[in-house]
Amino acid sequence: MRPDDRKYLESHEWAKLDGDTVLVGITDFAVGELSHGNIEDLVYCDLPEVGRQLEQGETFGEIESVKAVADLNAPVAGEIVEVNPAIEDHLEILATDPWEKGWMVRIKPNSKSLDHLLDAEAYEQVVTEAQGA
Amino acid sequence: MKHTPLHDLHVAAGATMVPFGGWHMPVQYGPILDEVRRVRAHAGLFDLSHMGRVLLDGPDALGLTEKLVTCFVGKIPVGSIRYGCLCREDGMPLDDLLVYRDAESTIYLVVNAANTERDLAWIREHASGAELTIDDQTEATAMLAVQGPQSPEALQPLVEGLTLTDLGYYKFAHATVSGIPNVRVSRTGYTGEIGFELYFPAEEGPRIWNEILTAGKAQGIAPIGLGARDTLRLEAGMSLYGHEIDEEHDPIQAGLEFAVSFKEEKGDWIGRAALERIQANPQRALVGITTSGRRVPRKGYALVHGERVVGEVVSGAVSPTLETNIGSAYLPLDLSQPGTEVEMEMRGKRQTCTVTELPFYSRTR
Repeated sequence: MRPDDRKYLESHEWAKLDGDTVLVGITDFAVGELSHGNIEDLVYCDLPEVGRQLEQGETFGEIESVKAVADLNAPVAGEIVEVNPAIEDHLEILATDPWEKGWMVRIKPNSKSLDHLLDAEAYEQVVTEAQGA
Repeated sequence: MKHTPLHDLHVAAGATMVPFGGWHMPVQYGPILDEVRRVRAHAGLFDLSHMGRVLLDGPDALGLTEKLVTCFVGKIPVGSIRYGCLCREDGMPLDDLLVYRDAESTIYLVVNAANTERDLAWIREHASGAELTIDDQTEATAMLAVQGPQSPEALQPLVEGLTLTDLGYYKFAHATVSGIPNVRVSRTGYTGEIGFELYFPAEEGPRIWNEILTAGKAQGIAPIGLGARDTLRLEAGMSLYGHEIDEEHDPIQAGLEFAVSFKEEKGDWIGRAALERIQANPQRALVGITTSGRRVPRKGYALVHGERVVGEVVSGAVSPTLETNIGSAYLPLDLSQPGTEVEMEMRGKRQTCTVTELPFYSRTR
């Protein structure tokens, strides 16, 4: 099972409360789907500017592999207060440590509740279904 | 979803399988860029059994094909192949295809998987009253390609009665392959490399696949998926139906004049008048674009010049051969000269692209 210290979106983003803010990244499953296990296949990650206001579910960036582009969706509404500066030039971080070093953006949420998101168990179900498809 | 005779081998090899034209096909076995490099440097084996294969035979086979396709079928010598398009009356292609001249009145067509049913319906509709048989051989046969500079050496040990290096480009012959007599072997491909395509009974598929991988081991042969195939064909400047050509992109402005015959002797054919009008007054051209930025051109991205949307990207790839990101795009004629700079727009962000001559890659260059 994936870490249960955070919540998930069906579109494979994770959200973790960190004090007054929420860290957002993508799961190992999302990275695997995009890169097919070959980190060289990831070519680009487009992240937003600090200060941008996001609606819940809004696309805040894109991640691009050799053959596909995937949207990055906001798990919570709020303001981008920090962007992980390491990601753009070190996409391999997403493969080696998607849960900690691979965080993408820090959001100051309008509400600190993550209750609308999937817990680790429910997300596991999403992955199982995606693998079976 | 349909399975080719090689399906289970792809799954067992750990390929990533995707739906493609109604078939469950391998997009990659390993890193796509490595697969591209392998075909450029060594040799690769492709399962193309999803492509449609149709034999037209009978007194009216030649006349019917002449009326339906853009190339001059009557001028194809027996044993040779031409590329052409199957067009509607308005000149827009329903598909592109290879036309094999098996005999005076026997013609073999190889068409795109996603269009096979529509092509067959179109052919049958126009064949009413004509004297010929239309035999869809797609599911009864397997189709493999061996491509790459070392493909003749890799494949020759399995081939009897044919010296592969004697087979000219876009020529074909029948030979014994892995003990199977009468296998169609053509010097064709979709990679820009020396290579061959093989057609034989479906039930022999897995055995021949494995024997080719064994025979070509010293040449570094390995299975290659559809992902690398798309990059290889784009590097080589070859059109893909649904991208460079489709019902909104005609073959003339796609730069495929070589596949369109306006010779009087060909007579009238479906789409001729419309394509003659387009040729007399083209508005846009298919061009190559390269971009040094990190974003990869993708089908559907707009191309802008100043504040004006001037064109569209139709294909794109990371090119390990050119070591840059490449694409093909339609631009108005006045912006289609090599060296012209335009910007591609992705969700409000822009990245500079430079118009480049097609093909990006040519083996002989």
